[in-house]
Amino acid sequence: MLDVKDLRLGFIAGRKTLAAVDGISFAIARGETFALLGESGCGKSVTAQGILRLLPAAGRVLGGSVHFADEELLALPEAAMRAWRGGRMAMIFQEPATSLNPVLTVGRQIGEVLERHRALTGEPARLRMLELLRQVGIADPERRLDEYPFQLSGGMKQRVMISIALAGEPELLIADEPTTALDVTVQAQILDLLVGLQAERGMGMLLITHDLGVVARMAHRIGVMYAGELVEVAGREDFFGAPRHPYTQALFAALPEVSRRGRKLVTIPGQVPSLAAMPAGCRFADRCPQVMAICREQSPDWRPVADGHQVRCHWQGTAAATAVAEPAAVAVEGDGAAFLKVAELKVHFPIRKGILQHTVGHVRAVDGVSLAIAPGRTLALVGESGCGKTTVGKALLQLIPPSAGSVVLAGSELVGLSGRRLRAARRQMQMVFQDPFASLNPRLRVGEIIAEGMAALGLATASAAQAAAVAALLQQVGLPAEAAERFPHEFSGGQRQRVAIARALAVQPQLLICDEPTSALDVSVQAQILNLLKTLQAELGVAYLFITHNFAVVEYLAHEVAVMYLGRIVEQGSAEEVLGAPLHPYTQALLSAVPVPRLGEGGQRIRLAGETPSPAKPPAGCHFHPRCPKATDLCRQTYPETTAASPTHRVACHWARLEARAVLIQM
Amino acid sequence: MRDFQIVILWSDVLVWLLLAAGIGVGVLIARSPPLLAAWRRVSANRIGMAAAIVLLAFIGVGLLDSLHYRPALESESRQERGQERQYAVEVLSLLDLLAIPLRTKNEKTYSAPFATRLYAMETLEVPGLGTVREFPRLKYGGSHLGEREDAVFADAGLTALRVGALAMLGWLALAGAAALAVGGWQTGGAWVGGWRRIWRGETAFAWNAVLATLAVILLVALPLFALAGQYHVFGTDKVGQDVLYQILKSVRTALIIGLVTTLVMLPLAVLLGIVAGYFRGWVDDLIQYLYTVLNSIPSVLLIAAAVLMMQVVIDTHPQWFATAAERADLRLLALCFILGIMSWTSLCRLLRGETLKLRELEYIQAAQAFGVSSWRIILRHILPNLMHIVIISLVMDFSSLVLAEAVLSYVGVGVDPSMTSFGTMINNARMELGREPVVWWSLAAAFAAMFLLVLAANLFADAVRDAFDPRVA
Repeated sequence: MLDVKDLRLGFIAGRKTLAAVDGISFAIARGETFALLGESGCGKSVTAQGILRLLPAAGRVLGGSVHFADEELLALPEAAMRAWRGGRMAMIFQEPATSLNPVLTVGRQIGEVLERHRALTGEPARLRMLELLRQVGIADPERRLDEYPFQLSGGMKQRVMISIALAGEPELLIADEPTTALDVTVQAQILDLLVGLQAERGMGMLLITHDLGVVARMAHRIGVMYAGELVEVAGREDFFGAPRHPYTQALFAALPEVSRRGRKLVTIPGQVPSLAAMPAGCRFADRCPQVMAICREQSPDWRPVADGHQVRCHWQGTAAATAVAEPAAVAVEGDGAAFLKVAELKVHFPIRKGILQHTVGHVRAVDGVSLAIAPGRTLALVGESGCGKTTVGKALLQLIPPSAGSVVLAGSELVGLSGRRLRAARRQMQMVFQDPFASLNPRLRVGEIIAEGMAALGLATASAAQAAAVAALLQQVGLPAEAAERFPHEFSGGQRQRVAIARALAVQPQLLICDEPTSALDVSVQAQILNLLKTLQAELGVAYLFITHNFAVVEYLAHEVAVMYLGRIVEQGSAEEVLGAPLHPYTQALLSAVPVPRLGEGGQRIRLAGETPSPAKPPAGCHFHPRCPKATDLCRQTYPETTAASPTHRVACHWARLEARAVLIQM
Repeated sequence: MRDFQIVILWSDVLVWLLLAAGIGVGVLIARSPPLLAAWRRVSANRIGMAAAIVLLAFIGVGLLDSLHYRPALESESRQERGQERQYAVEVLSLLDLLAIPLRTKNEKTYSAPFATRLYAMETLEVPGLGTVREFPRLKYGGSHLGEREDAVFADAGLTALRVGALAMLGWLALAGAAALAVGGWQTGGAWVGGWRRIWRGETAFAWNAVLATLAVILLVALPLFALAGQYHVFGTDKVGQDVLYQILKSVRTALIIGLVTTLVMLPLAVLLGIVAGYFRGWVDDLIQYLYTVLNSIPSVLLIAAAVLMMQVVIDTHPQWFATAAERADLRLLALCFILGIMSWTSLCRLLRGETLKLRELEYIQAAQAFGVSSWRIILRHILPNLMHIVIISLVMDFSSLVLAEAVLSYVGVGVDPSMTSFGTMINNARMELGREPVVWWSLAAAFAAMFLLVLAANLFADAVRDAFDPRVA
């Protein structure tokens, strides 16, 4: 149906044209999902924009052809193109929050498409809108139609976005990272919805993603992109069963998962070459473990390896030479005595209203969290967005003053401390932030950034000692010493995150709070950072509080896991217990919703309905009961006590308690 | 004994201090690579650089006009008696010295540009003809022509052509030097190579725009000044003063209003804006109430009240001032101060909003986690990241302040009436627009000069904004 041939897209930069997409060809048949997989900056999104002819102002189509149902799209005049966009091809964007117009009602935005492409207005249009909203699984569509986007949750917005895309009854749906901004449970809902709609309508789908799990769940055929080129195209069985390109193999090997615990992850050295300096030969040559002399001279041609499986590589081998599975250095086991103890920590933000700003209620961002971390251990704090996990991290550091509870660090109470004593306490505890682009001051040199903490806490104040300490830290995180003289914008995301880690380590803390340190990074870079964190833990005996929503990382890294829901910990225990035999229905649902980058995996999935409620108005009784498949009347009335299923495993659930008791009785 | 006495007006001190501060900031910028890179982007912007050259020309005039002195009075008798030398009451500047012909060749009243006769009829006694009503000859304008009054066009054209050719030669020399500098001294074809690169715009610095602007300035300014010795090129005003001279004098007033006012408002805006945004709470409330209240008062009324009060103070203390110039100068500074008090609010609001955004950024939180003190965070982390806004609004405010002065002087609450400014020029010319035939040149010249200054400032501000906008960088 869609046939892209040798498409070349570029950007005008000054007087040069940089090719962002360099000769890619693929075809999508009716009812088929073709996934474009690749890391950030490899040209996936530009390809989608090029097909729709929606390139940004500096973008240019340099050559090639895009055939859609025997029509050459690149040759159409702009006016005719408008009938195609939204009509026969539609697109879903990554960020549901920004792809809907906030000042128009949902109905107006769907109606726009219906009017343009289906010539429907008035009552028939309204009926069609209701039908569309029902199709994408929105309850009470009559009310939703007249609501504004801010009244909808993130998953709901993405559903509306999908219904807008479907309104023109497209034959091809282009989904650009449709679930990246969503939580796993919502992601599972949206992916199910897309699969269902596709089967129902026989649409073709171009899925753009960086997530191998989503690919495994959705795609029929997969194209792997690297630096503007397709390097491997395969059907799903071939792709997951026998990936041939070294890049694809490295992507799989870099994924953290439970089977790789205690081992170093395979990383891809180096970086994607910049558009301005593309190598003449194979573009992956500089990072390839299988590189040969010919790779640097000649760009490889397509080579079929199986039916429908093509690869662009000189290397004829099949499997990566048994990947370097060197064991990671084993962490020094502490004596087990908890070093940080958090008891009944609460952070409530007042909701103020009216002229006099009196408090009308509280957002219970953190509502009674108790944790303990031993030296050299990693505690993963897991939960969906908005559950308060980041607030816990900041409240521990006293960046946000806790409303109640206690934080005892190495025997001294932190809550209520101020001034000099708080500063001394902060030496023991530091934070690595989520976004390496926002966490480094762009106006300071890397050396100054790292030295700041030392200066503020009165360590190594002499400039010579400081410079030596900075050099040592840079070496520790694997950056060259001359990096100290450079500015953050000269570094890639992974390197910036290393700088952020070096800054935190500068004051020799015993606890590092890592707030989603890898969620803004690509898989191969994520592997580097995870390896680094593991090595540092082994060398320095640092304890980590690892705040994340990524279960693969948790499985790989964590010793203990705490699952948060709406400001409270619902389940807590060692990683094996929580991940292997989860007791709380929420943990079970979360685990089953995570898309696994393997075929035939899944078993039965537990699908959660709805989304996390607002922490300003948590449901009565157990917070989870509106979404819980096992909820009973008891759950609706009282919040469950925390019960111990084993000495280390605690869960707050009525149902799990009964289960556990039943198990005990049986024994 | 010297035959002049140096007079240092308060505004002169400020002007030269500003210049020194500007040079100091330039040195600091040269040390900070990201700022230097941003200014390099400014220097690559053709329109921006052309505007900068025009601005520099204006600033040059302003600086020349900011070196004041009092000439000695020619009274030999006193000198012989060994008395101290007396100095004139009139305070002159270096610019006045250079523009002596413009300053001294005053006519009786209005005369049109390049006129040889007055614009008003007078009754003259002509021997042999009795009383005649006619347009009398000007004392200075075109007096060298004698009887050949109809030869003005040819004479002026010839002079302009000659001086223009001279200007062209001077420009060629400049362009040659630039080409050599670009081409590099060592290579053989430095001249040609450098010239070709300039012409094609391949240089990092926008040489072609700079040279083109210089050519235009030289070709316009030099013939103009050459002609100004013989004619009143922009005509004369009601009291017969040369309009070109008034325009040159107005430049300093405009620059002082634009620069000193920003000097007053900048510390207020930056400090209060950052403090409000960073500390929040009651400090924020207080500052917000303050600027909301200030904003809600009609500014012209407040300025008028303040200026009138200042005027009363000045009038009741004549002993403070040795000369009229000092009095006018103080009033100018007072006006700057009042304008500054009135105009910090918008920048303050802007900076508060940006600080609110910045303080939630993770690198600020990381600094807080290290226990870095609040003032250090403000200085190291917040202020440098606000500098682009400050620079942009500085350059933008400059032009609006120059315009504000014109409006206030027009209303009558601006600078001292004895001080020349664009506003007073327009105010004086206002009445004459109603007469027939209309006296247009005073207004037109003031308008054109102000337009040029403000346009250059605005275009330069655009270039600066483009270069400093972090979304572009």
